[in-house]
Amino acid sequence: MIVNVDVNGRLRSFDVPPGAFLLDVLREAGYLSIRRGCDTTSCGICTVLLDGKPVPSCSYLAIRAEGRKVTTVEGIPEEAAKLARHFGEEGADQCGYCNPSLALAVYALKQTRPKATDEEIRLWLVGNLCRCSGYQSQLVAIKRYLEERP
Amino acid sequence: MNVVNKPLASLDGKALMMGRPAYTDDFAAPQSLVVKVLRSPHPFARIVSIETDEARAIKGVACVLTHKDFKRISFTRAGQGYPEPSPHDKFVLDEYVRYVGDEVAIVAGVDSSTAEAALAAIKVKYELLTHVLDMETAVGNPSVIHPEPEAREMFPIGFEPKKNIAAAYKMNVGDVDAVLKKCDVVVKQTYRTTAQAHVAMEPHAANARFDHQNRLVIYATTQTPVHVRRIISQALAYPIANIRVIKPRVGGGFGGKQAIAAELIVAAVAIRTGLPCRYAFTRKEVFESSYSRHPMNIEMTLGAMKDGTLKAIDCKVLSDTGAYGEHALTVFMVTGSKVLPLYNKVEAVRFAGTVVYTNHTPAGAYRGYGAIQGNFALESAVDELCAALKCDPLAFRRKNMIREGETSPIFAIMGEGTEGTAMTMETCKLPFCVDRGADLSDWAHNHPRRIVAKNRVRAVGMAIAMQGSGIPLIDMASATVKLNDDGFYNLLVGATDIGQKSDTILAQIAAEALGTTLEKIVVTSSDTDVTPFDTGAYASSTTYVSGNAVLKAATKMKETLVAEAAQVLGTTRDQVAFDGSTFVAETGRLTLKDLSNRLFYNHDQKQLSVTESFCGHKSPPPFMAGFATVEVDLETGEVDLVDYVSVVDCGTTINPKLAQGQVEGGIVQGIGMTLFEEPVYGKADGKTVNSDLLSYKIPTRLEIRKLTTEFAISYEESGPYGAKSVAEIGIDTPPAAIANAIYNAVGVRVRTLPITPEKIWRGMQIRAGKMEESK
Ligand code: FES
Ligand code: FES
Repeated sequence: MIVNVDVNGRLRSFDVPPGAFLLDVLREAGYLSIRRGCDTTSCGICTVLLDGKPVPSCSYLAIRAEGRKVTTVEGIPEEAAKLARHFGEEGADQCGYCNPSLALAVYALKQTRPKATDEEIRLWLVGNLCRCSGYQSQLVAIKRYLEERP
Repeated sequence: MNVVNKPLASLDGKALMMGRPAYTDDFAAPQSLVVKVLRSPHPFARIVSIETDEARAIKGVACVLTHKDFKRISFTRAGQGYPEPSPHDKFVLDEYVRYVGDEVAIVAGVDSSTAEAALAAIKVKYELLTHVLDMETAVGNPSVIHPEPEAREMFPIGFEPKKNIAAAYKMNVGDVDAVLKKCDVVVKQTYRTTAQAHVAMEPHAANARFDHQNRLVIYATTQTPVHVRRIISQALAYPIANIRVIKPRVGGGFGGKQAIAAELIVAAVAIRTGLPCRYAFTRKEVFESSYSRHPMNIEMTLGAMKDGTLKAIDCKVLSDTGAYGEHALTVFMVTGSKVLPLYNKVEAVRFAGTVVYTNHTPAGAYRGYGAIQGNFALESAVDELCAALKCDPLAFRRKNMIREGETSPIFAIMGEGTEGTAMTMETCKLPFCVDRGADLSDWAHNHPRRIVAKNRVRAVGMAIAMQGSGIPLIDMASATVKLNDDGFYNLLVGATDIGQKSDTILAQIAAEALGTTLEKIVVTSSDTDVTPFDTGAYASSTTYVSGNAVLKAATKMKETLVAEAAQVLGTTRDQVAFDGSTFVAETGRLTLKDLSNRLFYNHDQKQLSVTESFCGHKSPPPFMAGFATVEVDLETGEVDLVDYVSVVDCGTTINPKLAQGQVEGGIVQGIGMTLFEEPVYGKADGKTVNSDLLSYKIPTRLEIRKLTTEFAISYEESGPYGAKSVAEIGIDTPPAAIANAIYNAVGVRVRTLPITPEKIWRGMQIRAGKMEESK
């Protein structure tokens, strides 16, 4: 089955088996920034943006992405670098495994609610688990990033 | 100091955020076979027959391996130094399966669905054996989990497999029974902890291939590359010189990746097929088939005089190591050795216990490593004693806790499975930690409780803790500093960065010693063909042990450079001043850049490279005080954690922000263990009920409201630039501090983790006389 998807601004066609999930298709195609953390759609590690909205690619059928725009962190390098700078300043980065997906989710938040409160940030990211950081330093870094004007 | 003690950004943070290939599965060779494992659905069974012909016949299946394909070599997956203090009681594959999730067969196919099909086509006949799930009934149970003659201990650890005992130990100082008799108040209670799961966000993974020299190259999510190399060689009877283990970035470890897991399986498949292969655990496999924390029942008896002097501690432990004895003895010993010395002034102290086999998922190393279990018991019991004595918990601790310049006989008696090492506390800022924590948590105002709204009370509770810094006289680390042209350096370390950012802090230490900046240090860590020996990332050893090795190597490199410069400048070394970039003497000046280029290209050419090793003679403990402020709903028993204050003495913080991250990450893992994390097993079938992230709940952003973290000013002479360890200490206090806070709030003492609203509610009902206490 052929699906045509815009990945990071480039039109790609993938030949996929019917039940394939977007995560596996994209990783297979070399988008290695998207990774898996669970089997039950509960961790957020596999997040991509689909037409700008965060979705867990591990349970999103690849064929449903037909004609849509997929963004991985490779597609927002400047924004990821900006967020990384704040993470570095706050020591909010540890193993980094949760970071690319977090960058996408936070970027999407900035598009929709640049003035989000702490509580709104927490709620927006509740599905993005991190086992290393304890979350607080990440919250501070994310706020700094949201405050940053282009 | 210019580089050390500075909150510099990590070396790899930006590239990781940008999604660069970095983790094990990103490095699988193209066209790798996909490996999967058939796992036992039964907690205890013997494989009567296993039919694989049908599976092997499937197109695209490259191999199917069962226990018949392996030599019967017993080993331990624990991932410790050699000889291991864990019993050799595991086989790559065995005719017995000992827990739900134990390996039955290994398959490899051209893709995931082919491997799945192969798994489904294997037919296994099991003879079900009577399983043992309750640790209380394990000892002497007629059902013996390790009857096989090959199971053995490497040195005496109290191993008695016929009785289901993986390890046992006891020690005492003074006459505990006699001292307890003389005490005015004695408190005796049993505390229970659960088999917390590590839940590193990256599941265990490994891939293997043969390279252009026909050597077996394995990428793995490991904390212990040199141990992995040794164990693969031993378990598969394969030449160690032909194995290369590379640890790329690792997505969290917390002890869960100290043991060997997927590595052995991909090695077996690659050796069998000659083809590249990859294996990534599912989350379910991580929960069921890696290992967890040892659940323990700890009976703690404390005796004190009316004036608040603690006289005796008696600690009895029953620990459940599950189906295999990984870290059985050592975790249990730490429950004593890194907990009981907190109260070093007692007249008598006794520690004894047994680690039993059951048919649960094995337990193993996990941040805190026994200390968190012991700390929950001891620091809960201390508050229970304070309640009985009507003594302020802070005053009691100030009076009885260990202080700078003091020691405890336990240090000399108890080590990691062997005798310990005597040591005096050169640094112990516990008094400051307790005072500062009381200020930051507004103890005066919040203790014991105050009403903040209708049906809502706020209260604060606290606990103190200690940990270690590496395993003295056993753990060795080494580092190589190599000069390059233009005057930058390679730093090669075996130390294993698993996300705690050790590459960064080791580079900071090297840069400080060389008088240079972080940009001039290029770190390569953990490739067994390239980097020098290091036991690995465990036992809170990297900053102290590996850090000391780096400091020695960098210091020696600086001396070497000065000697070379002196020659060029036609003077003696003591006449040369070097600030990290320029050598200055009365006879002239020379930049490091010029010296390096000269050494590589022009005169007296040579490569300057220094390798140094470090093995500690002691393990200076970091200390901390943790203060939990909670609000409890009087109607529902629900707990909100309002703030968690940590004041930590870890010596100098090499990187204060990264150290804070270590503490806060540990605190939040400890909060999870305290309030909700608990693997649930079916009582009848031994299956885990919640082996996924949907039903096994770890803390999310919503539960963590506020963390307040500070460091005491402290300088440990024996540490690199005054540093001690900081990786584990954070996890130890939450169970007791939160339990104590909840007691202060509502008068309910919960002694079994996790502390759920249901337990609190029940306790409140019992207190109100609305319910009977049950056993
Ligand atoms: S991998 Fe966990 S939500 Fe997709
Ligand atoms: S940094 Fe490791 S999971 Fe978030």
